[in-house]
Amino acid sequence: MNPATDDLRDLYQEMVVDHSRRPRNFGRPADANHHAEGYNPLCGDRVTVYLRVVDGVIEAVGFEGSGCAISTASASLMTEALKGKTPAEAEALFADFRALVSGTAPGGGAAAALGKLAVLAGVQEFPARVKCATLAWHTLRAALHDEAEPVSTE
Amino acid sequence: MKIASNELQALQPARPLAFDVGRLRGDFPILARRVHGQPLVYLDNAATSQKPRAVVDAEARYYAEYNANIHRGLHCLSEEATAAYEAARDRVQRFVNAARREEIVFVRGTTEAINLVAASYGQRLRPGDEILISAMEHHSNIVPWQLLCERSGARLCVAPIDDAGQLRLDEFERLLGPRTRLVAVTHVSNALGSINPVAELVALAHAHGAAVLVDGAQAVPHLKVDVQALDCDFYAFSGHKLYGPTGVGVLYGKAALLDAMPPWQGGGDMIRQVSFARTTYNDLPYKFEAGTPNIAGGIGLGAAIDYVDALGLDAVAAHERDLLAYATARAADTPGLRLIGTAAAKAGILSFVVDGVHAHDVGTILDRAGVAVRSGHHCAMPVMERFGVPATVRASFALYNTRAEVDALFAALARVREVFA
Ligand SMILES: Cc1ncc(COP(=O)(O)O)c(C=O)c1O
Repeated sequence: MNPATDDLRDLYQEMVVDHSRRPRNFGRPADANHHAEGYNPLCGDRVTVYLRVVDGVIEAVGFEGSGCAISTASASLMTEALKGKTPAEAEALFADFRALVSGTAPGGGAAAALGKLAVLAGVQEFPARVKCATLAWHTLRAALHDEAEPVSTE
Repeated sequence: MKIASNELQALQPARPLAFDVGRLRGDFPILARRVHGQPLVYLDNAATSQKPRAVVDAEARYYAEYNANIHRGLHCLSEEATAAYEAARDRVQRFVNAARREEIVFVRGTTEAINLVAASYGQRLRPGDEILISAMEHHSNIVPWQLLCERSGARLCVAPIDDAGQLRLDEFERLLGPRTRLVAVTHVSNALGSINPVAELVALAHAHGAAVLVDGAQAVPHLKVDVQALDCDFYAFSGHKLYGPTGVGVLYGKAALLDAMPPWQGGGDMIRQVSFARTTYNDLPYKFEAGTPNIAGGIGLGAAIDYVDALGLDAVAAHERDLLAYATARAADTPGLRLIGTAAAKAGILSFVVDGVHAHDVGTILDRAGVAVRSGHHCAMPVMERFGVPATVRASFALYNTRAEVDALFAALARVREVFA
């Protein structure tokens, strides 16, 4: 089999395509008390991340926007992963996730904490797509810090 | 009996030499390479074209054999370099049929050419004056005018396009008014492929007393341009989309206008005499060429023009028309593919979206099949907004592309459907 085709299969795994088609937690959760916007000017991907943080715990996460399959699936998977985490845990998860998709994780493998997010490991073979995978996460961080300016990947 | 060679020629059928793409491809070293294990199918020519060996060699020869600064040294190398650089200017002049060589200003590219006009010619704009552009412009033919409007108090007006991506001529004419000072339009749209009726637009603008700048970045590689026949006041293009090097481009301007315009950058070469009390400026075109230019680039651009001239732009255009017609027909047979830009007059650009799949994902999958296209907004965000899409996939053709490569594009698009089945 052609290795270029294998890379594609690794990137667009069934779960990734599924989350891009039917994103989870799409929309603004009731009583959201933090939000931020993210933008990738290269491809026009836009995302808004909403959070409800109560007593130092992320109780609800949602997102809106439009983008490529990788950015949409990544945002969708992120919302599932964050529920019940503290902001510090969310930041740590982002660090692990970023290391995974940019191919800088120790040993190249996925940290155990990543769980389902590890399905995006295939992104590391596509350097041009790392920004797609991390857009929602950068936006999450801006939301946690209540940044008013939209986050840009450029 | 001896037959004169011109008579012999007359006996031949009056048919131009066949356009032999297979042979031409050998002139472009990069086309032999593979990407991701696949033969390269380069369909991103609107972003930048590949370079024939003649261009690569011309640049290398300058550096290896006669590298020197121009217009300065009295020594042999400087004279050779100056002669080669100025010979390139002559080639450009002939290529666009400018009346005089002084009307050819070397710049960094289309973007810089437009900024030059905005900075220099723009100084005559006053509050309430109007600049008219079209809705299909590249950002480089929008933003310099917005900046000029901020500086001068002028107003930017935008002529709309129709659903096929054609300029609305009626609206264009309606927007021309007594306050219109400048019209800036593209010759060929990089996002849609539409060819604008430039001569007609120029005549309309001139009837209203407005000067016209034409963005020719996407036109010069694909159609014969005659600036005198168009009667435009300024014409801008880049070398790198015309099989030439990056970092060099051309601003054509009518001599009378350029003469009356103030310099836009100060420095060496653009002056005649400098004293702290008073500086006088050099003649055209040097008044607009401050500092050491891209000498190798200029020489390379001359070689690129020689290459294209030898083939004949008419033959190139006919070949690309065939590719576009073939690709358009294949697109029509492809379910879920929607063309963006279906103007009656188009140059070799096929812009499209695939139902339910983002242009970026399409681009990634095509790349793994060796097919290089552009996916994105093509520096024309207003065009994307007009058609209600975040981005398109754009395949753009050059003289070395083949129908087999169009087939490779559509085979790779079938893969897209598999991945997102
Ligand atoms: C229509 C058009 N105008 C202007 C430009 C800008 O050219 P450059 O980046 O070479 O200055 C481009 C190139 O992308 C273009 O396609």
